[in-house]
Formats: sequence, structure tokens, C-alpha cells
Amino acid sequence: MTLREIKELLQAEILCGENSLDQEVRFAGGSDLMSDVLAFGKPGILLLTGLTNSQSVRTASIIDASGIVYVRGKTPDEEGKTLAKEMGIPLLSTRFMMYQACGILYSKGLPGVAKLQE
Amino acid sequence: MESESGLSESYTIKGGDFSNAGSISTKVKKTLQELGIPAHIITRTAIASYEAEMNVVMYAEEAVLTLNLTPQAIHIRIDDKGPGIVDINLAMKEGFSTATPKMREMGFGAGMGLPNIKRNADKFELSSVLGEGTTYDIYLYLDGQE
Repeated sequence: MTLREIKELLQAEILCGENSLDQEVRFAGGSDLMSDVLAFGKPGILLLTGLTNSQSVRTASIIDASGIVYVRGKTPDEEGKTLAKEMGIPLLSTRFMMYQACGILYSKGLPGVAKLQE
Repeated sequence: MESESGLSESYTIKGGDFSNAGSISTKVKKTLQELGIPAHIITRTAIASYEAEMNVVMYAEEAVLTLNLTPQAIHIRIDDKGPGIVDINLAMKEGFSTATPKMREMGFGAGMGLPNIKRNADKFELSSVLGEGTTYDIYLYLDGQE
């Protein structure tokens, strides 16, 4: 599934990384707890989160995430946005809440990261 | 600080500086990428380094992170000046935390940090002196050895 398809499915706004929309995403995971993300995250993961400070972007960069979707209409703070631009991490924002956003992507065939670990 | 036929770099991490928390581990990651270290080892190193760096930012006054690289191993030592850890065995337990609400707002402080370091490192040594500080020694082997 491409980031463009994800954007459509989640009716999301692109906050940065317009040029990466054709990038392929193979799996995703959702959490507000960055230590959990560091524990389960794998390179290439699409991160869904409600955490809007710059730590969400730092964490995504450390694990080489393919992008971040902020749920419930949230957007990252300026620091996070600047950092994401610097690091080339695409940021999206959807009005859907975490459960629904994850549900939509999962039902359309985007597996969770845990599936890959089985 | 030069290791045998290797590389050694040191950085200072400031306690309480949440804005830059993670920036040193990002630099470490970049250095390893430039040196052509295998990607899966870089990810594990970066995660362990980042968790330790967050610990310094959350709990200590400051620390020096030293990256030592030899053909055999990546060694990250973080030596902090801070309160120290009362009970290391307890601190290593998943879920145990002394974090404040501010730390939790940052998405950390859930008692996962030290176990995450241990999980990602090939060898992890933690020592602490109460009222003085904590030293993290994180090793990842490059030659497939344990």
C-alpha cells in the first residue's frame, strides 16, 4: 500500500513529505508510548500515534519508520515538523481516532508489525 | 580515547533538555551509517543508545556518551552525573518506573527503557553509585561473536 492510498483511506492531510507519496508501506503499528514503538518497531513501519511532540519524530527516525500518521486531528509541534523535514520523514494527520484509523488500514490489507514477527 | 585500529567519538548529553533529546543518538546512527555498518545492527544500536540518552535527559544532570568502534564491536558508554539508581535489579524490570508526568508526556517513562536496551544489545552492563551517577555500557558485536 502506498502512502498516497493511506492518505486517501484516512482522508488525511499531508503535513510534509509530499514527494514521498508513492513510497510503499508494508506494515504499521500504533502507539503513544515511544518505548513501545522502540520495542516493537521495525525499519519501514508506518507509525500511527497521538503523541505530537518532537519525540514522535525522533523515535520514527531512530527506527527508520516510513512515516507518521497523527490521529484524532492532531498535528506535531513546530519542532517536530522542522525535524521531520530535515530527516525526510513524511507526516500525515487524520481526523480518525487511533482505533478507527488502524482498523481502516488493517481491513484494507496493511498488516500490523506483530504479524511479521510471527 | 583512541581504541585499537578503531574510532572513538564523544558527545555531551544535557539533562532536562527535552528539545534535543535523541539528537546524540541520531549522530551516532549517522556515523555508523557512514562507516557501512550493517543496517540491522545500526537500528539495534540506535534504539539502545536513544533509550539510554532519554534516561539521561529525564533523570541526570549531564552525561558523556562515548562511541568506540573496533572491527569486533560497537561499544557505547554513557557516563552520567546524576542521582544514580537505587536498585538496579528492580530498575531492569519491565514496567518499573520512577518517571514524572512530564516524562510520560514525552512518550517515555513507562519502565521500558532499560529492558529495551538489554533486548537490543549483545551485552549490557549497568552500574550506579547513589548520588553520583550511572554508567551504561552497551556492546554490539560485529563479528558474530557473543
